[in-house]
Amino acid sequence: MDMSSQNMIILTMLLPLLAAVLIVLTGKKPNLRDSLSIIASLALLATVLSLLPIVLAGEQPSIILLEIVPGLPIKFVLEPLGMLFACVAALLWPINTLYSIGYMRANKEQHQTRFYICFAIALSSTMGIAMAGNLLTLFIFYELLTLSTYPLVTHTGTDAALKAGRVYLGILLSTSIGFFLLAILWTWHLTGTLDFKAGGILSGKVAGPELIILLFLFVYGIGKAALMPMHRWLPAAMVAPTPVSALLHAVAVVKAGVFSVVKIVVYIFGLDMLTLSDGSDWVLWIAGLTILTASMIALQQDNLKRRLAYSTISQLSYVVLAIFILAPLSTVGAALHIAAHAFGKITLFFAAGSIYTASHKTNISQLNGIGYRMPWTMAAFSIGALSMIGLPPTAGFLSKWYMLMGAFQAEQLIAILIIIASTLLNAAYFIPIIYAAWFKQPTQDSDINHAEAPWPIVLALMSTALLTLLLFFFPDVPLQLAMSLTGAHP
Amino acid sequence: MIETHLSLLIVVLPLLAAPLVAILPNGRLPWAASTLVSFAVFAMACLQLFSVSTGNIISYELGGWAPPWGIEYRIDAANALVALIVAGIAAITLPYALLSVEKEIPAKQHSLFYSAFMLCLTGLLGITQTGDIFNLFVFLEISSLSTYALIGLGRKRQALTAAYQYLIMGTIGATFFLIGVGLLYAMTGTLNMVDLSERLPALAEHRTIQTAFAFIMVGFALKLALFPLHLWLPNAYTYAPSVITVFLAATATKVAVYVMLRVIFSVFGFSLIEDTPTDEIFLLLCVMGILMMSFYAINQQDSKRLLAYSSVAQIGYMMLGLGFGTVLGVTATMVHLFNHALMKGALFMAVGAIVYRIGSSRIDNMAGLGKHMPWTFAAIIIGGLSLIGVPGTAGFISKWYLVLAAIEQQNWFIVGVILIGSLLAVVYVWKLVETLYFKSANENAHAGIKEAPLMLLVPTWILVLANIYFGLNTELTVGTAEQAVKLLLPGVQ
Repeated sequence: MDMSSQNMIILTMLLPLLAAVLIVLTGKKPNLRDSLSIIASLALLATVLSLLPIVLAGEQPSIILLEIVPGLPIKFVLEPLGMLFACVAALLWPINTLYSIGYMRANKEQHQTRFYICFAIALSSTMGIAMAGNLLTLFIFYELLTLSTYPLVTHTGTDAALKAGRVYLGILLSTSIGFFLLAILWTWHLTGTLDFKAGGILSGKVAGPELIILLFLFVYGIGKAALMPMHRWLPAAMVAPTPVSALLHAVAVVKAGVFSVVKIVVYIFGLDMLTLSDGSDWVLWIAGLTILTASMIALQQDNLKRRLAYSTISQLSYVVLAIFILAPLSTVGAALHIAAHAFGKITLFFAAGSIYTASHKTNISQLNGIGYRMPWTMAAFSIGALSMIGLPPTAGFLSKWYMLMGAFQAEQLIAILIIIASTLLNAAYFIPIIYAAWFKQPTQDSDINHAEAPWPIVLALMSTALLTLLLFFFPDVPLQLAMSLTGAHP
Repeated sequence: MIETHLSLLIVVLPLLAAPLVAILPNGRLPWAASTLVSFAVFAMACLQLFSVSTGNIISYELGGWAPPWGIEYRIDAANALVALIVAGIAAITLPYALLSVEKEIPAKQHSLFYSAFMLCLTGLLGITQTGDIFNLFVFLEISSLSTYALIGLGRKRQALTAAYQYLIMGTIGATFFLIGVGLLYAMTGTLNMVDLSERLPALAEHRTIQTAFAFIMVGFALKLALFPLHLWLPNAYTYAPSVITVFLAATATKVAVYVMLRVIFSVFGFSLIEDTPTDEIFLLLCVMGILMMSFYAINQQDSKRLLAYSSVAQIGYMMLGLGFGTVLGVTATMVHLFNHALMKGALFMAVGAIVYRIGSSRIDNMAGLGKHMPWTFAAIIIGGLSLIGVPGTAGFISKWYLVLAAIEQQNWFIVGVILIGSLLAVVYVWKLVETLYFKSANENAHAGIKEAPLMLLVPTWILVLANIYFGLNTELTVGTAEQAVKLLLPGVQ
């Protein structure tokens, strides 16, 4: 491996940290501070994209930083799935920064400097998770991400935020310390290594009930994947300002969860081992149950952000479901869904924040006819919603297609039924919003005294809507990354 | 010259400094003299650790009398590491002491305070250095008596009661230890630890030896505050002057744990423990201590008392590793010994800085202070994360080895207890963090409160950064601990 790609890997984590330092130094000058945030996020995007051709060429650059415990270093390896995740996060950070500037200023939020600092640290942790070369490194950045997002969740400092912060930290830390860490230590005890290796490291080391327990510890230890009943932190986190919900609790944090699950299934257990052992069927059931239950809860929510949060829980379990179908094609679907859902859901959250900023509305029942006053926002919202349902021409169609193909390949009838049923449910809770926005008449006069949100917000949500469409029309690069994960061919 | 007498100088230097400091006029002179001595001792402790880190053993004969007749100082990786903790913490605490002591202790007592501090340092270092079990008792008394005086100097009247309570309990502990030593001497006719370890196996079945063992174990369980013999500790830590709390929390119990290790593994041999139910009793008390004391910590209204109960729980972690008696377990004990000194030192220093500013350690009075004292607040957060065992901090390394040791024993119950203990730590640490960060009901009460002075902040942050450094680089901690364990548990791999 040449030096430059190693430096680039380190740079992906250093750049956001550097940005955090610069934000501290320029905290007194908001314009300078916000410009620096944008520049740093673009620099990160350029760095991540410069690594892309190397990974596409089939290389896996790696770097070892330092050895924490004898035989156990902090190590980064850039493999296709991590590349995909890093690309998604790096692509959305500049857009989100633009959006944040519009949102935070328009809503006159306090402590903006602290907000941007924590945001930058969270992004640095996300990059660390994406590029982690072993479980220990993954765990370090996983915890760092939890801690750096806590001040963002409790940003407003109200009693409600305090309580939500407790739920957030309580669930994420207790699962990670109680289960995830234990699973990691157990794996280390069994195998003497924590490296991510193609084909897994646990094959032949654990079987029967022990395998099921270990799998349980991993799957539930990664609370960020929000598998029921460990999902409560996600709706709680919605007290945060919308840019946080958008990038962190629809993209970085939750995707870090399912990303870790996929990575552990593929590189620690190995698909073959799980297929042979029959020890993983129950996860499929839990994921299916989470998809359906969360969708039904979403159906009952009138608060827009809460509905989106439950939709996120359901969509995350798609990824878990797809990976536990254990077919190569559904793995492709899982990887693609990480990207597809990210673009779609961030658009939806951006739209929710845009509506709040322009009209101070938070509930779906207040949205009658809003499409005519906020045409850009609601157009983007509609695209995002279509992607959630999985209709062409949006990215969501693509990932669902591969999931279904994988399910057919593995003859997992249950998974097929769950995907179909949940698609109907998705439609049931998104179509009414679109319908109300475009076809219903506003009921009160006070509903119509506002216009479109400020331009940075509109620009940001149009970009992510565009990305949702582009991913459908030009899926080559993410598809290639997803396929090289398991060597699948359509 | 210095190299050959290094082991003795480490003890003698503070011992000689104590009377000198006592006759110095009040003012900053006693402080300056003690600080210089502590720096010198720290440098020597570093040198000493360096020379035994490869597995060497230094044997120093006091006054040229050959052991087992004369007193022998016997240094290996285990006590060199503990001596480094004691000397290092003293060297960091004393600079911190200047302002904190000026605020909390009447000026006319300053030279006596620093003199007692030097004596306490002498005692703790002596315990770690010596290879003679009666000499160990002498140093134990030196450190204990000076500690009682130091605790009694606290700014509240309760400090006297706390000191008295500790005096009673500490004396019982020391007496028990002395009885044990007397019985050993009666049976073997020797007080040298190496000599003892050679003669004891033949007598292991003897009732008197077992009685001696029991007396020594209980005596030191009192000194190290093993649950349920911890009752003196919360009051002592709460009411002692801030500096003394920092110093005691980071060193005194650690030294006692070291003695436990030394007596069990080097003198009696672990087989005696395994043959009796001692190890099961230890594990049971540790488990109860970890869980109950963590719950107690959660319910405290005073930050120093909260951390004190947390200390008792943490002692449970240290003794767990000892109770396993395996290479991994004892390594975990040694590593946690070092790391816990760092985290509790940092936390008590940060709390001391708050006491310096607002004159109270009650949690209610600290609401919303995070805004006014951001650096102190950050120190509490990082120290707290280390206490929880978040990766990237020293506490994570301790927890890593402890859990691994329990998994190796297939003791899933204890694995669960360790992890639950960490979660309880989240709760009590977050109690502090939330108070400092959120509540601002009596915002006006803190008007004009500034960040702590640099003389307090710099030592605090040295320890905070050490928590991060030793969380990422474990060459010194794990490396030395493994070296020490090789000597403590020979033949076991």
